[in-house]
Amino acid sequence: MTRKLTMAQAVSEAIAQEMSRDPEVFVMGEDVGKYGGIFSATSGLLDKFGKDRIMDTPISETAFIGAGIGAAADGMRPIVELMFVDFFGVCMDMIYNHMAKNIYMAGGNIRLPMVLMAGIGGGYNDAAQHSQCLYATFAHMPGMKVVVPSNAYDAKGLMMQAIRDDNPVVFLFHKGIMGLSWMSYFEGSTNEVPEAPYTIPFGEARIVREGADVTIVTLSQMVQKAVLAAEELAAAGISVEIVDLRTVVPLDKDTILRSVRKTGRLLIADEDYLSYGLSGEIAAVIAENLDSVALKAPIRRLAVPDVPIPFSRPLEQFVIPQVSAIVAAARALVAAPQPAISLEETHA
Amino acid sequence: MTPSNAQLLWMYQTMVEIRDYEETMAKVYLEGKLPPNVQKGLAFDIGAGPVPGEMHLAAGQEPVAVGVCAHLRIDDTVVGAHRPHHFAIAKGVPLNEMTAEMFGKDTGLGRGKGGHMHLFDPAHKFSCSGIVGASMPPACGAALAAKKRGTDAVAVAFFGEGATNQGAFHESMNLAALWKLPVIFVCEDNKYAISVEKSVSTSIEWNSDRAVAYGMPGIGVAENDAVAVFKAAATAVARARSGAGPTLIEVKTDRYLGHFQGDPETYRPKGETATLRKNDPIPRLGAQLRELGLLDDDADKALRKAARDRVAAAYDFARKSPYPKPEDALLHVFI
Repeated sequence: MTRKLTMAQAVSEAIAQEMSRDPEVFVMGEDVGKYGGIFSATSGLLDKFGKDRIMDTPISETAFIGAGIGAAADGMRPIVELMFVDFFGVCMDMIYNHMAKNIYMAGGNIRLPMVLMAGIGGGYNDAAQHSQCLYATFAHMPGMKVVVPSNAYDAKGLMMQAIRDDNPVVFLFHKGIMGLSWMSYFEGSTNEVPEAPYTIPFGEARIVREGADVTIVTLSQMVQKAVLAAEELAAAGISVEIVDLRTVVPLDKDTILRSVRKTGRLLIADEDYLSYGLSGEIAAVIAENLDSVALKAPIRRLAVPDVPIPFSRPLEQFVIPQVSAIVAAARALVAAPQPAISLEETHA
Repeated sequence: MTPSNAQLLWMYQTMVEIRDYEETMAKVYLEGKLPPNVQKGLAFDIGAGPVPGEMHLAAGQEPVAVGVCAHLRIDDTVVGAHRPHHFAIAKGVPLNEMTAEMFGKDTGLGRGKGGHMHLFDPAHKFSCSGIVGASMPPACGAALAAKKRGTDAVAVAFFGEGATNQGAFHESMNLAALWKLPVIFVCEDNKYAISVEKSVSTSIEWNSDRAVAYGMPGIGVAENDAVAVFKAAATAVARARSGAGPTLIEVKTDRYLGHFQGDPETYRPKGETATLRKNDPIPRLGAQLRELGLLDDDADKALRKAARDRVAAAYDFARKSPYPKPEDALLHVFI
């Protein structure tokens, strides 16, 4: 049986089902109990499982993320919420020097089945310290699987997979697709979700929509923007294929390559920072395979143009790629091959 | 609680073994690192020789390791710091695999991927970290796991006095006391955070006084003495096992060697190490054992030879072990 769930409901249902199945699974973080998680990822779990398994923590991210590492090394399966991904700065040592590296430094002799989940993304005027995506930052440092779902169905299956994985998994949900009652969201993210448990393997991108003219490689909330852009482009006679990466580590290079070989045009739509990040990595995948990919136009990238996320609405809307920017960039790609134009122009 | 005869003997023998291990490493570590076998103009080459990289040795600090670990079982967790050998040996980590790890060999605990600051032995529930202050949060997690499972296992976090001004220390103290975690925080005050004296870094004389701020007992051990540490740890471990919560212990101990090998130690007053060595805790415990009739010259000689043989065998094992294949560097990012 399926029913429509928001992404937040799907995440909390996945956690609940895994907690019912496996007594070693527990949740800790700030406001995960009575509040149900600031972004509702643990909504209703306290009533079901009690405070010993749904643990509100002090505002001590180093201590409780480190405690998650210690509990995971001992064989438990903690799900630890770092409320906003932006807060990683106060506890990054535990994340990248310990959670990410311990398995490697142990020569594979330990397991570290831990999920670190956090809210990402902007679009609701929360400014520079509460609006970043940063998935590429985690992906850049070896030792963390990085999961970035775009919709409720995927979120449930990917969360169940994350909990069962013996490696550390960073699970990043975009606030603007959680289906919260207090933040506008992209409704495409709320979809049919089976009640029964299921997993989605990591490293398998999803073709959201098949098309012939342009491949849009994207993830998270930007998938929903790309879908809206694709509809507009279809009306203009441009056929778009959308690849939802779903996981950044591992990265499904095969699906990217297959799609770009077919369309010959690549637009990367990303809400993380432009330079040294995800969009550059995807472009490199193509560049390294130009012997088997015939590009009809230079690759184009849409991303936050290397500035912190500004507060004011027109400023924020300008730096975070919008549907209109995706449409404009795809149109430009389909026009005759030309040198890349600047970000400012794509946003105009 | 005073140690039993068997515990006294175990502490003595283990301290002897640790000292032999560290002094052997101090020699082996220098192989290939000194002129004339290094680049012209260098006094020392840290990346050369069979044991490259940094090396932090714990000669002099043995009482802290044995006084605490005498109370521990194999299912208790120990998380050490960047100077970890004495804890590892006292926790029962096998010498062969531990030494091979420091040589970067395929037979090492981490197949050569960790080195001496990153020893992981899940069978003995031992791990350590090269980041100051990082032992405490994971120890809280191991204690949390024990509590959730309803076992009476405990966890110990060892760290130096330099770590007590890290946020990780204060966050972990609060979390452990708040959740009544079966964890024992053991601070080794060896006076120096590398070169910075405690008086320059820390607002109070005894870190154990900080325990009161978190509603847990704090015990200060003024003597670098195995029996004194044993007694303090007895109370703390019993408290943790009974479910009453954490304790902070601080031990005034002595580091006989540099922060790392090759440390010029210009920050030490002249003759300090020689003075410290006059108060060596190993002969002091040996004398106590003799008074109790637990040790004589022959037994001491035999015990020392046995320790020396075990240590020599471990270094031999490490030397003879193969290196990993270079491309094995690509393995074990994930399992």
